[in-house]
Amino acid sequence: MSENPSPENVDALLPEVAELIVDALNLEVAPNEIEADAPLFGDGLGLDSIDVLEIALVISKRYGFQLRSDNEDNVRIFTSLRTLSAHIASQRTK
Amino acid sequence: MNGVPLLGHASLDDIFAWRAAGPVRVRDFIAEAEALAALLPAGRHQLNVCHDRYRFTLGFAAGLLRGKTSLQPASQSAETLRQIEATCPDVYCLSDGEFDSLDLPRLDFPALPAVDAAQVAKIPSIPGELIAARLFTSGSTGRPVAHDKSWGKLVLNGRAEAERLGLLRQPHSIVGTVPAQHSYGFESTVLLALHGNSPFWSGKPFYPQDIVAALQAVPAPRLLVTTPFHLSALLAAGLEIPAVDLLLSATAPLSAQLARDAEAACRAPLHEIYGSTESGQLASRRTTADLAWDLLPGVALEQQDETTFAVGGHVEGRVPLSDLIEIRADGRFLLHGRHADLINIAGKRTSLAYLNHQIAAIAGVVDAAFFLPDEESVDGITRLCAFVVAPGLSSRQIVGELRQRIDPIFLPRPLVLLDELPRNSTGKLPRNHLQALYAEKVTHVDR
Repeated sequence: MSENPSPENVDALLPEVAELIVDALNLEVAPNEIEADAPLFGDGLGLDSIDVLEIALVISKRYGFQLRSDNEDNVRIFTSLRTLSAHIASQRTK
Repeated sequence: MNGVPLLGHASLDDIFAWRAAGPVRVRDFIAEAEALAALLPAGRHQLNVCHDRYRFTLGFAAGLLRGKTSLQPASQSAETLRQIEATCPDVYCLSDGEFDSLDLPRLDFPALPAVDAAQVAKIPSIPGELIAARLFTSGSTGRPVAHDKSWGKLVLNGRAEAERLGLLRQPHSIVGTVPAQHSYGFESTVLLALHGNSPFWSGKPFYPQDIVAALQAVPAPRLLVTTPFHLSALLAAGLEIPAVDLLLSATAPLSAQLARDAEAACRAPLHEIYGSTESGQLASRRTTADLAWDLLPGVALEQQDETTFAVGGHVEGRVPLSDLIEIRADGRFLLHGRHADLINIAGKRTSLAYLNHQIAAIAGVVDAAFFLPDEESVDGITRLCAFVVAPGLSSRQIVGELRQRIDPIFLPRPLVLLDELPRNSTGKLPRNHLQALYAEKVTHVDR
């Protein structure tokens, strides 16, 4: 794990990651409609494990790192757009 | 009653499983299963939702030692749990992680007392007639349909598969990407470990990097038990894949192209398994070599009118199959698709009738129809769409209600609210009307 990313870095990444999710999953929402702190699963965007694998693939291509589910904070990573963006900011190699 | 051994191993010192801490020997497994058995509640029905494959199998074995039946529903939705509780009031839940078990009695996987595996002298015997597992499919009327599996038949299934894959001659280390509870994962990881001499990796790798790490954690030869979906994600990631000796795929059709790519990337033969929750595993084929399926030892097919039945071997009774099957003169067979009402998304099965029943039961829904668009690609995941007439409800409210009732994989994406459905004069909804509506209302814009 690298150092914690600054909140500014995470904020800057939000629109880009939102667009990536909408594109990868062909969702019927606009990227700017995804609230940064709303849940991605359940009552929020309603993502499931199939979606997670598709998002993971796009993330690995775009940001140059592989997601691992044995990370203790795996559940936290996909909590919201903000947590996912923070994880990307801390792990990205490109 | 005829006893059938809990495990098929020749020696108590054979390796039964691999965990992060290292190998688990048959005698360790038996000692731990006996210790866990002493801690299980009295109920005869065990809903085992353990994520860890070793803990699931330990719970399953402990249940067998106490004469219990393992309940393995296709979905773990709140509605399903309530239905299980209604039909099996003594059910309790065995869990090793976060799980919303509602108000079911629950046993969180306990710390086991120190066991002395050296004291284990023999492999326990289980009555062959014991209903060891009850798997469920979603019926068309909204109630899950139970399929009871006796211990004797489960062992026959595991041995037939192991024989077909050559595991009885050459044990493999099994890495499975599929859950231990569902029929394919249960048969091809749990039963193969118990009666196919092949130790499994206790984890359930999900991301491509996890699969690579799990393969690295176990000794060769290795068997990867997976699905077209996990396989295509693994190949797309472009990682270096450790040597795999055998690939197994099931739950959804696999394209010839993906089969070729997988064999090239892993330098291993890929076999597909054909079966169903009702019948157990029936046949296999090497996809790149031949489209025809070879029946497993002991199993036979019979045809009557339009329906094909599986009989013999480990099949419980005479089981009608939902596929259109052409039996060739040499006894092998071809699959020609499924009954139109059946849905299979990422290996999970349901029917349109079931989904329509569930959505119509939501208060405020006047009329509704699920629709599965024509598939865009064989290995891709096609999502369901739902057309709904529900004045006063938002699509978010309806999806929230559906989430309580059906597996999330079947949630409509999108859900389209309408003033009325395009029913014809007899009240039916022809598929071409729904297809036209889909084309009109749901346009995926390429961004």
